[in-house]
Amino acid sequence: MGPQHPSTHGVLRVKLKLDGERVRGTECVIGYLHRGVEKIAENRTYQQFAPYVDRMDYVAAVSNGLGYCEAVEKLLNVEAPPRAKVIRTIMTELQRIASHLVWLGTHALDIGALTPLFYCFREREEILKIFEKYCGARLTTHAFRIGGLQYEAYDSFEKDVERFCKDFERHIQEYVDLLTGNSIWIGRTRNVGVLSAEDCIALGASGPVLRASGVKWDLRKAQPYAAYDQYKFEIPVGVNGDTYDRYMVRMEEMRQSRLICLQAIENIPAGAILGKVGKVLKPPAGEIYHSIEAPKGILGYYIVSDGTTQPYRVRIRPPSFINLQALDKMARGHLVADVVAIIGTLDIVLGEVDR
Amino acid sequence: MNPTIHPVLAFLQTWWVELVCGVVIVAVVPLVAGYLVLLERKLMADMQARLGPMRVGPHGLLQPIADALKLLIKEDIIPDHADKMIFWLAPVASMTAALTAMGGIAFGPSFLVARDINVGLLFVVGVSSMGLLGIMLGGWASNSHYSIMGSLRSTAQLVSYETAGGLALISGLLLAGTLKIRAIVAAQEQYGVWFVFLVPVAFFIYLVASIAETNRAPFDLPEAESELVAGYMTEYSGFRWACYFLGEYSNMIVVGAVATTLFLGGWLRPFPHVRWMNWLDAVPAVFTAAVGAYCVYRAGKQPVRVQVWFMWGVALMCFAVALILGVPLLAAPLKFMVPGLNGAFWFLLKISGYIYLFMWLRFTLPRYRFDQLMHLGWYILIPLAIVNVLAVGMAMILEMQYGWNRWLAMLLTTMITLAAALYLLYLNDKRAAAASLAAPPPEEPSTEDSYAG
Amino acid sequence: MLDKIIFFFFAGVAILSAAMMVTRRNAMHSAVFLITTLLATAGIFLQLRAEFIFIAQVIVYVAGIMVLFIFVIMLVSLDVAVHEMQFSRQKWVALFVTLALALEVGVMLWSSRQVPGQGFLLPNAVPAGKLPPNTEALAHGLFDAYLLPFEIASVLLLVAMVGAVVMAKKRT
Repeated sequence: MGPQHPSTHGVLRVKLKLDGERVRGTECVIGYLHRGVEKIAENRTYQQFAPYVDRMDYVAAVSNGLGYCEAVEKLLNVEAPPRAKVIRTIMTELQRIASHLVWLGTHALDIGALTPLFYCFREREEILKIFEKYCGARLTTHAFRIGGLQYEAYDSFEKDVERFCKDFERHIQEYVDLLTGNSIWIGRTRNVGVLSAEDCIALGASGPVLRASGVKWDLRKAQPYAAYDQYKFEIPVGVNGDTYDRYMVRMEEMRQSRLICLQAIENIPAGAILGKVGKVLKPPAGEIYHSIEAPKGILGYYIVSDGTTQPYRVRIRPPSFINLQALDKMARGHLVADVVAIIGTLDIVLGEVDR
Repeated sequence: MNPTIHPVLAFLQTWWVELVCGVVIVAVVPLVAGYLVLLERKLMADMQARLGPMRVGPHGLLQPIADALKLLIKEDIIPDHADKMIFWLAPVASMTAALTAMGGIAFGPSFLVARDINVGLLFVVGVSSMGLLGIMLGGWASNSHYSIMGSLRSTAQLVSYETAGGLALISGLLLAGTLKIRAIVAAQEQYGVWFVFLVPVAFFIYLVASIAETNRAPFDLPEAESELVAGYMTEYSGFRWACYFLGEYSNMIVVGAVATTLFLGGWLRPFPHVRWMNWLDAVPAVFTAAVGAYCVYRAGKQPVRVQVWFMWGVALMCFAVALILGVPLLAAPLKFMVPGLNGAFWFLLKISGYIYLFMWLRFTLPRYRFDQLMHLGWYILIPLAIVNVLAVGMAMILEMQYGWNRWLAMLLTTMITLAAALYLLYLNDKRAAAASLAAPPPEEPSTEDSYAG
Repeated sequence: MLDKIIFFFFAGVAILSAAMMVTRRNAMHSAVFLITTLLATAGIFLQLRAEFIFIAQVIVYVAGIMVLFIFVIMLVSLDVAVHEMQFSRQKWVALFVTLALALEVGVMLWSSRQVPGQGFLLPNAVPAGKLPPNTEALAHGLFDAYLLPFEIASVLLLVAMVGAVVMAKKRT
């Protein structure tokens, strides 16, 4: 399955070892989208590097920015003001919904359902409109700054988010109606690509892949960051670790993100949006590792500073790269037609895998 | 001179209608199939919250013409080692089968090319099943291993569902008692009710089987699998591909016509013999006039002048058709035309409904995997169809020899078949559950490291 | 008159296709010409007002048995077979034997034409309109008069099918 293929979500090449119709082994050839982002970081200042992180997981740029900004803030020992934290949370949760919508649309399309794609992108359009009104960009947003936010939430921000969230429940119900009970969908996704909890932990899988296998681990609850400790939400957990469970987990996550947004906009604290951060950032020498729960999994930043304005090393732990390792284990013994479903259910973005 | 001209003239005199119909079929049906494609794209767009083709012609109505022109002027690529004769033959076979089958269909009590053929329905089903050959030969001619496997799979799918569909048709034919198309519809008129109400299970089996017969979603693996494995159509470009495609859409019309004739009452209006429903006779004319009126209403709202004129043109056409349908109702000397014209209207309406259902299912349902598809055909549909035939036969004997009420007997049939269906589905679930318990697929201790080397 | 034209057309197609079929090198081409031969034969049936046999020929032979043939031709490795001459070794002997047999049959038929009760049995040609409906006549024959042979034939087919499935399963 070559680099240009309608179903491999980016430039991924998968070599399949087949025995008749059954897959006996897979080998992923990656690197088609490698841009040397981590090396570039060594030659940029901390603020200059921020737009680069958006381009990794380009489907969920806001989360990438959140992780990076929080990591550098940890290095600088600065905290963003409460208002900034809440707005960051709202934007990140909206981005989670948007990322899951892309996943749902493309996954359904791979399995043959033509319509959910258009409905998902219709909802995603509303979110992207909010982003555009906020920071001017839809996809590679660079929404946050180190220390807080640059832009104040625009006038109708709360109203827009509230209207979106109120509408969204109805639309989630549409997707559920189309897919969840559909016996063809169940037939294509149940028991396909099973990953046990031990395997997940051994492989380092994270995010919905891990939670669908039964492990209740979500950094938003385990190591709260931004404003997540203020809100009440559930962590959906699956049972079997098959494709159907991953589908259910992500659908439920969309619902929970919606609830977080609704809780957050009721009470956005007033105040400053940017913390006490100078124009020139020279963090003290040292190293930190900070990770957040991105839509695709655990996104980590390991930054080593040598005291200058430019980092010594930035290492990014991309969730898609590590989740992709599970492809071999999941695809063995299945038919070729299932491989497409399995790649889709891992929800990988090649920008993140290759960096 | 005379001795040779006479027989020719005599031939033309008796058979000129059939000849003209044949020419009309070959000329018109591809055009209709092309517009079916446009209709499908528009419907798909509507269900997906978008507009569909809008640019070519007002509201995209000239899109099929543009597509046809494009396909005609495309370069004709023949793969290097392909078998030239078979490469040429395959799409032709597919399309010929579909068009010939249309000759056996009756669009109204008097619109029938193959008049009075004794085996009417069987003719249509049999000839359209020759389209199989087009698929097989197409895969072979592409000379690629994957194409051949793809075409074999597609053929296997078609053959399995043909069996199921045929058995379902038999249940309906038991009620009709004949294979002649006009006699089947006359039988439904005699019973006073469409057969779909007497044997609904057979109708649904035939519906599913016909979706698989025409390679439509959710059974469109041969067409969509070309993502992974080359399907039988990959090497065909330009007009040859168009032939396949038009053959598929013509097949849809044929299959819809068979279902309509046998189950949906053909050209009968709903409640064909109920006196107080006679006002339904006016529905065709009124309906078409209403469509025309709607076009007039929308004409005022079109942004572009060309579209305004176009809507007016469509409206005038609708009114003309309404006139043709309506006048014979009112003018006594023309009353004899009523069954024919109205019949054609009802028939086309029913086929449209059936095809709309096909398209609706395509946009809504995901695709079946090949083994699930075959399982559905052989394990569920065929046994169910066989049970249905037995049950209908039993019901008919009960009615004819023991004097049961017909509706009661048919209700009994449906109950038995539904019970059988539930049992089959239960068996299916048990089997799936057992398979999933045994499921963790054959795990050889992976000494094989796929990442090495 | 029209009947004659149609008959000769179909007969000509049949003979021509049969000749092409046995002279092709390519097995797939042979199969295609066999299909045309069978279709032409079906046409002759139709011309004889035997509609049911016409459509049965199409459904069973063309869309069933020929599909099977083509399946087999596709699956069997044909790189060798395509380039081999299929039936060329004994063509002269075959031609001689065929001619001899044809001569024998012809002489036998010709010499028996005068003997009552022998030779071709020509049924009185029934005008086309008065033929009993084809399908019904066949059905009456199958299910009334010849029910036992019909059932035996279906049991045989069932046995063949089961045997085929068993053999296929054993291999896997």
